[in-house]
Amino acid sequence: MEIAARVGLGERLDAMGKLFAIVLVIIALASAYPIAKHMYVPPEDISTHGHAIDDQLSDTMAEAGFAFLGAQIILAFFVWKFSERKEGAKLKNFPGGAKLMVSVAFIIVGAEVFALGVLGQKAWANVYFTPPRPDALQIQAQAGQFAFYFRYPGADGKFGAIHPDKIDEGNQNFFGLDPANDIEARDDIVSGELTIPVNREVHLLMHAKDVGHSFYVRELRIQQDFVPGLDLSVHFTATKIGRYEIVCTQLCGLGHYNMKAYLSVMAQDDFEKWLKQKASEQ
Amino acid sequence: MRIKHVYLAGVAILAAATLTSAVPGGGTVSGKITYEGTPAKQKPIDMSKEPSCAKQYTTPPTTETVVTGANNALENVVVYISAGAPDDAAPSQAAVFTQKGCRYIPHVLAFQVNQPLQVVNDDQTSHNIHPLAKVNREWNKSQPPGTPPIVDKYDKPEFIPVKCNVHPWMHGTFAVLKNSHYAISANDGGFALPNLPPGKYTISAYHESYGDQSQEVTITGSETKTINFVFKAKPY
Repeated sequence: MEIAARVGLGERLDAMGKLFAIVLVIIALASAYPIAKHMYVPPEDISTHGHAIDDQLSDTMAEAGFAFLGAQIILAFFVWKFSERKEGAKLKNFPGGAKLMVSVAFIIVGAEVFALGVLGQKAWANVYFTPPRPDALQIQAQAGQFAFYFRYPGADGKFGAIHPDKIDEGNQNFFGLDPANDIEARDDIVSGELTIPVNREVHLLMHAKDVGHSFYVRELRIQQDFVPGLDLSVHFTATKIGRYEIVCTQLCGLGHYNMKAYLSVMAQDDFEKWLKQKASEQ
Repeated sequence: MRIKHVYLAGVAILAAATLTSAVPGGGTVSGKITYEGTPAKQKPIDMSKEPSCAKQYTTPPTTETVVTGANNALENVVVYISAGAPDDAAPSQAAVFTQKGCRYIPHVLAFQVNQPLQVVNDDQTSHNIHPLAKVNREWNKSQPPGTPPIVDKYDKPEFIPVKCNVHPWMHGTFAVLKNSHYAISANDGGFALPNLPPGKYTISAYHESYGDQSQEVTITGSETKTINFVFKAKPY
């Protein structure tokens, strides 16, 4: 009686092992399918370098996907193969033992990561190792708790000096300009919105007023931290007219969730009209 | 016994009358506040980061650091008695400071030491009011939309600039005063301090951008004395 019961339990466990192997393969394929079919739709790409970043993301997904599927199918194979318990069967070891396994894993994963780095170097270099064009439109961006403000140099093409002790937000002097004494500051245009002309390279000069922040426009595929004490910059060209959200993506305090601004991409004529209108409001 | 009661009641009433500093039918100090020179241009406020507030305006509102009226009138000047009047007990009615359209209403709020201050959020967005007190305790409180008003009080007189931590353009002023004789100049620059018992007073006027000025005046009965203040304006 006892022996018969024990035999029945063993058969059921074998079947469970095989079922597990099958379910494993189904889950692996089902989760890989939407990625392989590109069913996740990235945000619209409105930049000149964005496609390189999107390609890099696809490459990463492909490499990781192959490795993932391979690992899951091999695992399922072994689970199926050894699901039948045999009393007294000898334990088989992987040839070469742990040392070989670790070395193989190291080489495979290392090669994967290296390949991603090699394939992606252009995407990074285009944004970070290429200097902006000399005729790029220079706009200064200041991030402070909890808003972004942008400054245009005005007709003289020069930015007036910044005096932190002169910052007076109640009077809309967010940058601490001193137009009474600095001639170059008199025609500077300060705006809460980043308005730029389409198809023109923009060189964004960035500094933080207080703590760390980050500038992120997903459609531009641009993200750059503001680091207090550093003068950083990014350059990009927007290719599509529209209104896009700039969000702060570095936790900067209790108002971080509300810290955003808008990027307004306009035709060149509209941009010049906007600039004139803004100058009259200064 | 009854005569003694009447006598005591009479003394009590007289004492009360001399202890309260507002005397109906007392003297009045009134006048006009003006500026000379060119005041800084008030600029339109860019509220693009807060669309729920920006859409409440057809044209953007302007800053209120210097608000002027016709004939060089200066608005939002707090006129108060800095010497000569006894301190008053705080009224129980709260002074209300409202956040609406991402602005503070009124721009300058005057109230007394220990009087309850009530901060109301009438907007769809969170505010984080931060009165920048130096003499009193400095605090800031977050206030999501739909939450009850913040109630607090100050126990020392002070002029306190107020800002919102979330919306950098929001600015206002609290004038925490020792007695009940104060007024804020209207759009015509006019003010009036009525019900003053006889005495020698120092009348002060405070503007958030142009500072503090004082003049002395003596009230003998129920006359009206005129005092005017002129502030020097700067273009930047």
